[in-house]
Amino acid sequence: MAKTKGEEKQSKVGEGIKTIAKVIYQKIVALKQPQLEMPIRALQNVEYDEKEGYFKLLDKKKTRTLTASTIKTFAQTLRMMELSKQLVETEDIATKREAYYVSKNWGEARFREQPESDTVMDDIEAMMGVNREQIGFIPEEKGGAVAGELMVMDKDSDTNKDLEIDCTKFGSGAYSIPSSVEHLKFKTKAKFVLAIETSGMFERLNKHNYWKKANCILISMGGVPTRACRRFIRKLADEQKLPVYVFTDGDFYGYFNIYRTLKVGSGNAAHINEFFCVPQAQFMGITPQDIIDYKLPTHPLKEVDIKRAKDALKNDPFVKRFKEWQKAADQQIKMKARAEQQALAKWGLNFVIDKYLPDKLNDKKTWLP
Amino acid sequence: MVQKSAEELAKKQREISIAEFFEKNRHLLGFDNPRKALLTAVKEGVDNALDACEEARILPEINVELIQLEETRFRVVMEDNGPGIVKKQIPNIFAKLLYGSKFHKLAQSRGQQGIGISAAALYSQLTTGKPVTIKSKIGKGKPAHVFKLKINTQTNSPDIIEESEVEWEEKENGTRIEIDLEATYIKGRQSVDEYLKETAIVNPHATIIYTNPEAQQIIFPRAAEELPPEAKEIKPHPYGVELGRLIKMLELTQAKTLKQFLMDEFTRVGEGTAKEICQNSALLLTTIPEEMTREMSEQLLKGIQNTKIIAPPTDCISPITAELLERGLKKEINAEFYCSTTRPPAVYRGNPFIIEAALAYGGEQEAESVVRIMRFANRVPLLYQQGACAITSAIQTTAWKTYGLNQSSSSLPTGPCTIVVHMSSVWVPFTSESKEALAHYQEIVKEIKLALQECGRKLAMYVNKKKRIGDEEKKRSYIEKYIPHVADALKGIITLNDIQKKEIEDKLCDILEHSRGEIEDISAENEEFDEEFAKIGSEEEEETVEEPKKKGKKKKNDEEGAEEGYDGDEDY
Repeated sequence: MAKTKGEEKQSKVGEGIKTIAKVIYQKIVALKQPQLEMPIRALQNVEYDEKEGYFKLLDKKKTRTLTASTIKTFAQTLRMMELSKQLVETEDIATKREAYYVSKNWGEARFREQPESDTVMDDIEAMMGVNREQIGFIPEEKGGAVAGELMVMDKDSDTNKDLEIDCTKFGSGAYSIPSSVEHLKFKTKAKFVLAIETSGMFERLNKHNYWKKANCILISMGGVPTRACRRFIRKLADEQKLPVYVFTDGDFYGYFNIYRTLKVGSGNAAHINEFFCVPQAQFMGITPQDIIDYKLPTHPLKEVDIKRAKDALKNDPFVKRFKEWQKAADQQIKMKARAEQQALAKWGLNFVIDKYLPDKLNDKKTWLP
Repeated sequence: MVQKSAEELAKKQREISIAEFFEKNRHLLGFDNPRKALLTAVKEGVDNALDACEEARILPEINVELIQLEETRFRVVMEDNGPGIVKKQIPNIFAKLLYGSKFHKLAQSRGQQGIGISAAALYSQLTTGKPVTIKSKIGKGKPAHVFKLKINTQTNSPDIIEESEVEWEEKENGTRIEIDLEATYIKGRQSVDEYLKETAIVNPHATIIYTNPEAQQIIFPRAAEELPPEAKEIKPHPYGVELGRLIKMLELTQAKTLKQFLMDEFTRVGEGTAKEICQNSALLLTTIPEEMTREMSEQLLKGIQNTKIIAPPTDCISPITAELLERGLKKEINAEFYCSTTRPPAVYRGNPFIIEAALAYGGEQEAESVVRIMRFANRVPLLYQQGACAITSAIQTTAWKTYGLNQSSSSLPTGPCTIVVHMSSVWVPFTSESKEALAHYQEIVKEIKLALQECGRKLAMYVNKKKRIGDEEKKRSYIEKYIPHVADALKGIITLNDIQKKEIEDKLCDILEHSRGEIEDISAENEEFDEEFAKIGSEEEEETVEEPKKKGKKKKNDEEGAEEGYDGDEDY
């Protein structure tokens, strides 16, 4: 997104906040109960868009009418909008944690815990139909780690000069994805992006320069990928026309929380899925069939895991769309077991490099959509 | 080792008199320590006085005086306005154990076996060597008889130390007892003070005048001018009889035939039922009772169990009534909410009984501690052995959480609450002769629980209502708290001036409070509460070590919190 366009969007955000506040003001003056309206952020309010390849927000809305029981949240939402407007106007930013601390000035309307302020922030985000960065808030966490055949073009924040970052030159370390990635540009000759669940596995592949061997870019997601990480992968894949392969633990968390969120987005942040999904992602492993084929050591599934899977089968539009995933989930429920990426070490520490990944790359039939 | 012959052993074998037995086992009668001894002596005297007055249909007025003679020696003086005792009976009643009028009949009364007061006399004799002094007068113009009595522990018979006739002008009739004993006077929940106070609560028809060792006089005036209905005597119900008793009854009966015996000696047995019992026992109607063998008696008992017999009459029991119980409680506890209930009569082992319960909730009561329990049986307060009592286990196994009290699994609930339970019956089953705890009959526990549940439901309604009102008040305070923030934020976003801001605040007030009605006032003034009265027994609360405390097994709820539904919505 170009900078001018960004500024334009930001002033639009400021105007949007003003408009909402004005409507509320007018309602109150007319002695009517004011309302805030926002889309419902949940799986029940998304559908899997076949053409675009991500979860699209439906039009179920929730209305927060100002009453005695909602007045606290109502006041907090308005306060947060006020803060957002200030941030946008002064071109400043606040981290989610900072926003939480700013609320400590609000007397009785202050937030007690950060999750409360995060929720209000998400509500405003959805209400405005923009993402958090556009209303001036940024997350604390870094996006993830990158290693491999990739040049990232960034700007020096003091001189505003172009910076070229070579992701092959971090040795045993890695390039860290910044919280805002819109301005980055890429150069690469790699064939694909390998997105990895655990930093442990990433370390192993990086240490043995697997990216060189397979001519790829390694990205460690460290659990469910952050928005920045998802956006980074999306931009990289879009701009460089690269396929994205995902390598997680062989469990429902890996399948439906990590992979599903990366590929098609989530219900909670459905209003921004459009920008943060990676529709070209493909699931390489570890699949339930891999657990059997590679005789991997397993852990028993817990009741919660099974519940999670059954819920996904029933309610997740993505799972409902793909028979392959339904089969896989059923298979694993019957197996009553899960396996971690590191379980491959049973066959030797470098089995994953020498055998598993090459095998899988050669046989896309063993993958899941 | 030298073997001993049976003859040698026989030299040591001899009869033990009841009095000797209790001399060694005085704890069985409630004289296990000096504190309890004082209470038990008073309790036995007062119980007898109240029983006597009620039986004679006299409104009781009882005087109790404790005089400290030495550090650990007290004189207990008790005087009533009862019918008095005829001269001949005085020595037996006060100086012979197991002599009394109540054991052989089934009627609601405080005393049961005729042990209590003579046990007090025995304890006095054991600890001070002194006789008890009894003065009794049975009517106007008659002289009073004074006895100084000791118990011959060998023969369980009275030794008359002194006997005289005096004029007792202030009294038309009545009895006065003086007992000296080794004792300690304490205050607190297990004191004489508390006992007399609780007695006054459940006996509103009695006046009790009490002078404590500090020479302070406390008067518990009567609150009701009517005596409870006369206790009716009933014959035993066939279902309640045990083999030994049955054999004894068969020996003693005047009846000439088995059929006659069943009809004469039992309640609810008419000709038809008698015939049916005989049929079910495979015994002839004409069997002669005294000729029946043990085996035949056993047959008869089985036959009784297999025969359908209607429940015993229940009009022989007089409950305190829910209303009077609640009024007594109001005097004692300054709470916000009271409720009480009287259950319909029920039957255990052929004995009819009635359970009553009352609750006092909130007010000045401690919110964090375990609820206070007040237990009564036939209008007698039970102060000891709370842990062993069926009332306590019924309270423990009632689910109080649904009624608004805290409770960890099967232990006593906590909260600002006092729970009162009263059992009246023609025969109250105690766990021991000291009459401190009710035995755990299933039917009794069930009835107590039903009574508690009835009260509990009323309590829950009150607690929920209180919570609703609390919520409502909280919401109202919310409105005041947050309106300025809404106005402030709007001011910040669309730049309002102070007048506009004020307008917003006022209008918001209108909008939000318009829809809310008046708050209902549920605070109740307790006009019956008597502060002085409540203080009695609550001073110097002493800990009760004797109660074996049940440790509630901690059930860990592992499931809780673990079952988060999947929505796949983790997002950073």
